[in-house]
Amino acid sequence: MSPALTKSLNAICAWIDQTPLSQAIQVTNWVVPTVQTVHILAVAVVASSAFMIDLRLIGVFWPDRPMKSVGSRFLPFVWWPLLVLFATGAIMIIGEPARSLKNPAFQLKMTLLVAALVVTGLIQFFQRRDAGFGDLGRGPRAVAVTVAVVSLALWTAIIFAGRWIAYYA
Amino acid sequence: MEIDRALGWLQTTAAAKAISENEILFPWIESVHVLAIVLVVGTISIVDLRLLGMASLDRAVSRLMHDVLPYTWAAFVIAAITGLLMFSSDAVNYAHNFFFRGKLVLLALAGLNMAVFHIVGVGDVARWGTTRQTPLPAKAAAVVSLLVWISVVTFGRGIGFTMH
Repeated sequence: MSPALTKSLNAICAWIDQTPLSQAIQVTNWVVPTVQTVHILAVAVVASSAFMIDLRLIGVFWPDRPMKSVGSRFLPFVWWPLLVLFATGAIMIIGEPARSLKNPAFQLKMTLLVAALVVTGLIQFFQRRDAGFGDLGRGPRAVAVTVAVVSLALWTAIIFAGRWIAYYA
Repeated sequence: MEIDRALGWLQTTAAAKAISENEILFPWIESVHVLAIVLVVGTISIVDLRLLGMASLDRAVSRLMHDVLPYTWAAFVIAAITGLLMFSSDAVNYAHNFFFRGKLVLLALAGLNMAVFHIVGVGDVARWGTTRQTPLPAKAAAVVSLLVWISVVTFGRGIGFTMH
């Protein structure tokens, strides 16, 4: 990271750290553990939903069901709990700005998250454009399977990066 | 205490020492553990939400359980193995940790809830078909399941904050 960027990041973290909200979170012991627990539970919903979609695209889970119906069952459980993840994540960043924003594992996690959201959006886009996208017996499945494998890898990496934040703190 | 001696011995095994002494082995095992738990909780919720009549309503309960639970079990086995590996690296301290002990009790409760559901409902599940509203005991089991697994995650996080 460039010196100028590092300096800006330091300044942002220092500013957040002295805000009343951050101070309040820092002194109230139960906030961070509680928020982390809610965060993990939301991850369970989001990641598992993404996993079931991906396994369906690969063709090992519910292969007989139209991809469209599998998408409509699980995609809302990817998008909506993200709000919980962003809210709990924001609280953790505000409470411990340096531990998150300056942490290489956190930065990696955010990069991977952007990629995962793009891929999930792509799956939804492909489905809207072609009602039979991902359905078996409709010709080449290379795109569906590739997208699914990339998605699985990204969500897995996000979970790993999330745990590693603690080790780079 | 006898059990402390057994746990102390466990810590001296080659695997346990490797994990406690190697700086990156524990984090990797722990990360796999988190991934496994995420999948256990996530997939169990799919079944529980179906039992509560809240999602996957066009799928028969028995069929849904047949399709989803293998993933739950596979993830649970991985969670158990990684958990045991981590436990072995610091067995005595984990065994005395309130949240670790609580987590084991909760896991036993989850197992008990599951056993009761299967024993009591084994005939019924097949009969339900695609009925939207399962009987009250089934819904109760689903609520218990969700509450227990949420507690497992809570206590698991508690271990991290209280082990040093």
